[in-house]
Amino acid sequence: MAQPDFDKLKKLATQIRRDIVRMVHGCQSGHPGGSLGCTEYFVALYFHIMKHDPKFNMDGKGEDLFFVSNGHISPVWYSTLARAGYFDVKELATFRFLNSRLQGHPATHEKLPGIRIASGSLGQGLSVAAGAAQAKKLNGDDRFVFCLMGDGEQQEGQVWEAAMYAAHNKIDNLIATIDYNGQQIDGPVKEVLDLKDLKAKWVAFGWEVQEFNGNDLKEVINGLDHAKALAKKGKPVMNLMKTDMGSGVDYMMGSHKWHGVAPNDDELSRALAQLECSEDY
Amino acid sequence: MTKFTATDKKDTRSGFGAGLHELGKQNPNVVALCADLTGSLKMDAFKKDFPERFFQTGIAEANMIGLAAGMTIGGKIPFTGTFANFSTGRVYDQIRQSVAYSGKNVKICASHAGLTLGEDGATHQILEDVGMMKMLPEMTVIVPCDYAQTKAATIALGSHVGPAYLRFGRPVWPVFTEGRPFTIGKADTMIEGKDVTIFANGHMVWQAIEAEAKLAEKGISVELINLHTIKPLDVDAILNSVKKTGCAVTCEEHQINGGLGDSVAQVLSRFQPAPLEMVAVNDSFGESGKPTDLLKKYGLSPDNIVAAVEKVMKRKKG
Repeated sequence: MAQPDFDKLKKLATQIRRDIVRMVHGCQSGHPGGSLGCTEYFVALYFHIMKHDPKFNMDGKGEDLFFVSNGHISPVWYSTLARAGYFDVKELATFRFLNSRLQGHPATHEKLPGIRIASGSLGQGLSVAAGAAQAKKLNGDDRFVFCLMGDGEQQEGQVWEAAMYAAHNKIDNLIATIDYNGQQIDGPVKEVLDLKDLKAKWVAFGWEVQEFNGNDLKEVINGLDHAKALAKKGKPVMNLMKTDMGSGVDYMMGSHKWHGVAPNDDELSRALAQLECSEDY
Repeated sequence: MTKFTATDKKDTRSGFGAGLHELGKQNPNVVALCADLTGSLKMDAFKKDFPERFFQTGIAEANMIGLAAGMTIGGKIPFTGTFANFSTGRVYDQIRQSVAYSGKNVKICASHAGLTLGEDGATHQILEDVGMMKMLPEMTVIVPCDYAQTKAATIALGSHVGPAYLRFGRPVWPVFTEGRPFTIGKADTMIEGKDVTIFANGHMVWQAIEAEAKLAEKGISVELINLHTIKPLDVDAILNSVKKTGCAVTCEEHQINGGLGDSVAQVLSRFQPAPLEMVAVNDSFGESGKPTDLLKKYGLSPDNIVAAVEKVMKRKKG
């Protein structure tokens, strides 16, 4: 793997953040907080870590696959896919409007390239990723399957069904990540329904667990590289990725209030002033 | 005398097991998942001969549906197996989002459906599953009537593309369709007649065969149509038959709301209004008991079909 070009990747992250706030502002709906918090992770995956083809084939044989279980962070995924060449960046302007392929939550129904399963109703993505990883093994395909979940999503029981299953079946080509921002719609996760020692839980379920800072590009790339090194040794891998919800836009940072709220015109200007970049869609 | 004779008595779930095993031999992309009910679903033969393609999920049905959806990515054709209750109600949201809305080629195979599950009682006797499944866009819904048809339907699903729900059951039941052609979405006219059409599926097809014999003795000419596929519905077969007979009775081991009767009623009321009676469970839960006793108590016996036919014929004009 070539050395990452950090200047280029940082510019991409800024561009994607800019897309995110413009998209949710454009339709006055959507989820900017989690999207902004996961931007470095998406940039690292699509522009450095994964082997993938923007020409897009559903089966993705010989490619790394990526599943987003917390589908509400669709803005960051759509922008990343567009910037990676899956579809024209101009299409980002259609986000959440009638007749768009960019549905509020990711879907295959409108055949948007890059999306392999619908998500939005939480808790389902890890199961799907584990199934896809087992299909890869059956096919003799040695690429990886990545999966992102939210931390609030860990309250869903199905996550733990999948956790048990993946460890029991040694699905070691599966690299999952939790966006560990400590926030959910109704408030801090600790107050809504505390996850307690999340790392200990995943370790106890039989996963290889590591932690890194999700808003430091170098740490994310090193973390995901290390995850690949930890993989294929009999255990699925879990990354607990600490992020700031709303990262990159000062007034959105660290609060659940921007989970699912769009900025107004003035707030958009303030956000864009912090996200200087020139290639708007 | 019934116009069909039982060549054997077997459970429909064994038809599924035999069909799945056959598919395993035919197509290396066929995989099977089971939530701790391998013996009950008769999936043992597949498991024994294709262990690398058999996935034991434990008692975790939501995960099983997600896994199956994921396995389609990469070209696998997953067949999931558990009881009908846990195949539908328990995992409705998983089926809706990860399978139906996502257009995944998952075959949801559901045993122990309906009252004929028997002694286990109402917790397991799901009578709403067909309604739940047929409401989902993109979902094919099949309720075969005996061992032979369940085997044929399972094999047919191996080359069908798209989400599908296959419903079958536990009790040993007459086998009478051996050698009859089976096509998904194509109704099977088993007996031709002119006075009334009986549309039935699942175990109720045999009940209707027995009812037909009783009605023939009374001089009533019954057309019996096995509507094994509830979705997509064979609308032409329904309309053509009722055009001839002028009235119809539906028979199903399911709630009166949401099942086969509803589907037929919708077709008739939209395109060709005609008197219709429904033999189905009348908005109630089941209970423990012997399958045939339960069918009697809940109004699904051959005599109930006879009564419904006599009632609907009185409603015919002219």
